Amino acid sequence: MRNTIAGKKKSISYSKWGYFFLAPFFIIYFIFNLIPLFSTFYNSFFENYRIGLMQVGPKFVGFSNYIEIFTNSNVPRYAVNTLIMWLMGFVPQLLVSLLLSVWFTSSHLRLKGQNFFKTVIYMPNLIMAAAFAMLFFTLFSDSGPVNDILISMGVVDTPYRFLTIKGSARGLIALMNFLMWYGNTTILLMAGIMGIDESLFEAARIDGASSLQVFFRIILPLLLPILVYVMITSLIGGIQMFDVPQILTKGDGLPDRTTMTLIMYLNKHLFSRNYGLGGAVSTLIFLITAVLSFIVYRITMKNYFSSSKKGDK
Amino acid sequence: MANEKLSLNIHRAVCYIVLVLLTLISLFPFIVLVINSTRLHSEILKGFSLLPGTAFLRNCRNLFTDDNIPMLKGLANSVYISALTAFLTVYFSAMTAYSVHMYRFKGRNVAFRFIMLVMMVPPQVSALGFLRLVIKMHLMDSFMPLILPCVAAPVVFFFMLQYMEASLPFEIVEAARVDGSHEIRTFNTIILPIMKPALAVQAIFSFVTSWNNYFMPALIINSKDKKTIPIIIAQLRSAEYMKFDLGKVYMMIFVAIIPLMIVYLILSRHIIKGVTLGSVKG
Amino acid sequence: MKKVLIVGLSLFLVVAGVFANGSQESATTEQGAEVTQGSVLNIYCWNEEFQVRFNKYFAEKGLVPDGVTVNWIVTPNEGNAYQNKLDEALLQQENAAANDKVDIFLVEADYALKYVDTPYTLDVNNVIGLTDADLSKQYQYTKDIMTDSNGVLKGVSWQACPGGFIYRRSIVKDVLGTDDPEAVQAALSDWDKFDAVAADAKAKGYFMLSGYDDAFRVFSDNMTSPWVEGNKINIDPSIERWIDQTKLYTDSAYNNKANLWSAESYQGATKDGTVLGYFGPAWFIDYCLAPATLDDPDAPQELGNGSYGDWAFCKGPQGFSWGGTWICGAEGSDNIELIKQVMLTLTCDVDTLVGIVNDYNDFTNNVEAMTQIANSDYSSAFLGGQNHISAFLDSATSIDRSNMSPYDQGMTEKLQTAFSDYFNGTITKDEAWDNFYTSVLELYPNLTR
Repeated sequence: MRNTIAGKKKSISYSKWGYFFLAPFFIIYFIFNLIPLFSTFYNSFFENYRIGLMQVGPKFVGFSNYIEIFTNSNVPRYAVNTLIMWLMGFVPQLLVSLLLSVWFTSSHLRLKGQNFFKTVIYMPNLIMAAAFAMLFFTLFSDSGPVNDILISMGVVDTPYRFLTIKGSARGLIALMNFLMWYGNTTILLMAGIMGIDESLFEAARIDGASSLQVFFRIILPLLLPILVYVMITSLIGGIQMFDVPQILTKGDGLPDRTTMTLIMYLNKHLFSRNYGLGGAVSTLIFLITAVLSFIVYRITMKNYFSSSKKGDK
Repeated sequence: MANEKLSLNIHRAVCYIVLVLLTLISLFPFIVLVINSTRLHSEILKGFSLLPGTAFLRNCRNLFTDDNIPMLKGLANSVYISALTAFLTVYFSAMTAYSVHMYRFKGRNVAFRFIMLVMMVPPQVSALGFLRLVIKMHLMDSFMPLILPCVAAPVVFFFMLQYMEASLPFEIVEAARVDGSHEIRTFNTIILPIMKPALAVQAIFSFVTSWNNYFMPALIINSKDKKTIPIIIAQLRSAEYMKFDLGKVYMMIFVAIIPLMIVYLILSRHIIKGVTLGSVKG
Repeated sequence: MKKVLIVGLSLFLVVAGVFANGSQESATTEQGAEVTQGSVLNIYCWNEEFQVRFNKYFAEKGLVPDGVTVNWIVTPNEGNAYQNKLDEALLQQENAAANDKVDIFLVEADYALKYVDTPYTLDVNNVIGLTDADLSKQYQYTKDIMTDSNGVLKGVSWQACPGGFIYRRSIVKDVLGTDDPEAVQAALSDWDKFDAVAADAKAKGYFMLSGYDDAFRVFSDNMTSPWVEGNKINIDPSIERWIDQTKLYTDSAYNNKANLWSAESYQGATKDGTVLGYFGPAWFIDYCLAPATLDDPDAPQELGNGSYGDWAFCKGPQGFSWGGTWICGAEGSDNIELIKQVMLTLTCDVDTLVGIVNDYNDFTNNVEAMTQIANSDYSSAFLGGQNHISAFLDSATSIDRSNMSPYDQGMTEKLQTAFSDYFNGTITKDEAWDNFYTSVLELYPNLTR
């Protein structure tokens, strides 16, 4: 609705600036991403890999890389692994972040020590994944402090071997992802809530709205753009889940490939410089992401996208 | 009234309990990190203890006096790369988002859909092609291929766009145009200040991501003088055939986080400031 | 499209130019003034081991000619970064500027053959110019490994890597009643005896070995057939033995279930550790085990500092070798004479090789020097005054690595990972084999099951 003003009256004289502001992105993207990306898709139709320093191919093989993946690999299994670990980590993360961001920005609650808490929750994100995984190894190892505590409390007799059991290995990966990213999400949501006009809350409070009503009637609708951003990026982040499970499970998705994610599988082909199969796996992952994101768009963005993004002819 | 007060206090109590619990979980890795950086290699191997050791200064000295670990140079390189990356990412992403948000040019929808589509491409997909490109462009062992590509950051663009969607009214730009402000000037002096919280948030994220990036820098950087912190840490941890000192490794990880903390503390203030300054809201 | 490309590229170059001028860190130096050939010696390696030896026995002796800069390109092994970088550099070797070309690179035993049978490594005899006489004192196996299918030698090493069993004196004394290396060797001379001692150790509350992979190298080095025959993956009976033995040790709690190189593994060697012994070659003692045993790394390394000095060495149930680093000259190098001097000094010069033994307790690649040291009063403080060089001598001459393949590194890593699930009891042996084949075929698409 708003954009109709800008759209109709001034667009003719100013629209060329749109290209100007858009140019840097597209130039850089074209050079550093699009060229490598096209070579990825192009390569998916070739047999092209390296054994040591010896190059095999490239030889055009049509769709045989795709056929190979569909018949001989466990891509669906890895997709399910990824989905499970994503749900285990990102759902609690979203809920906790939403709660925290509302608390922190609430003029009603006025929590003390906010700056301290805001700093602390973001801190796990500062440690690089490799170092964080190293710390988790230490914490959850057979003789680590977590097992010490469990044994001294009488929960277990012998050390609980977290990374050798499917449930706890996935749980640890989800926990690490949760810890590394919940502060990040909270900050994003906080920035979003802070963009909302304070007087709206005040008005609602004066009208006698409860905290819950304020949240659902005012914060949530106005936060929707940022919330959609958080959901889509965390979905993308979930599908791209890689470094934490890679480091924690030595790249092979232990135990029994139950923590192997899609990108870890892709990485195996990239590792052996298998441009053909790697390209095909990439394309497949891309298609999965595109379908999922399309669904999310349709569900979440219907309202406001129909008004602003499709507004012009 | 008393009832409401009571319920507010209960609400607060719940908040504090949750916050303290989360604080404990979040700080636990740091406690381990800090304590281990004060302990000797042999003490660390013996298992974890909550009592700090006495080797803090010794680990520190070992770290900064090791000739093979260009620690200070590494810190300088990482600061340089990360700062430039953060700046370029937020500036150009805001610019791109502004273009899509504000102007109704032909192809705008195509451009928007294109960026949304490529946002989903996992970066690993094009990593090998990127490396071959860098070699062909003779940019190996330079910082440029680590810094320049961040001008095109689809995810940050999306955030900026969503933020503009939520809190950047067209009327401001209209008003600026009426006042005769040049478009570039409008963007730099009017739009960017309004975007401050969003810029600060994404600057923190880009800085941290770039700071902790190991994969690409390890393949591109050769010279000792150009190594970044993650490469140096990996070198320290490259344990197999090397005398490695866990005390030193923990100390190094600890030292590597300090600049991030500083950047975070500085920028996170802007997240709040930008709002309290009372930027115009639609 | 073409137009866009041209515009894009030129714009990019403008931006790039601004950047290059703006920072001194950028690539301009590479395209800088043309320097006379051979003024930079580029050495690719993954840690400082060789660098330390090079500096001490070559650079500090003034053997680097004036005007030559030694440029170290140290890339960590983590994430295979070292080989990735080396491979890219070698594949670009032809197009690289003279001073950017790889001159020397190092390789490890597990992937040495990946480079030996390629044109990227220089012929040591005919191109670099070392004579058979120069090389005559080196252990034959170190030369066999680096000899390609045409009989051309492609690299040389300063070390030989015979391995043995490094045991904790106090624990063995408790279990066997003696810690004398010869008596202990008699008690451990074959695998049946070794298993029996493991049971005794367990009864006394000790672990015979630290973890799953500790004995792996003993079995893998005694394989009687290579990992790959034709293009088919081949499983040697020796590997099957390792799997069965390790499963037995795990289920009977003879080992501590620690991963190799993990903190827990080293923890077993500290003062209060309960691991009876570790399999390893000389470099393992000095680089890995000894530092882990110290309570205070800055205090004198002597008996009483942690478990330092409470160790001894014997051959164990089977002789084996493990690892080793070779120096290769890279095709296209403009420093061939210098490479020759490096190789001569570091791998053929008796003084250097004796120096390395005395300074670093390494077992070096010279039959004569080693025999001489074995018969001298040389002793290792870490091993309680034992002259372990003499214990290594036997194994060193009998090492036979003719069953090596270019796939060893991948096979070793994937086998150890796949079977850790089996040892943990998560999956069956057949499932572990399936996972192993899956991982290997992802790594080497040219092989078949």
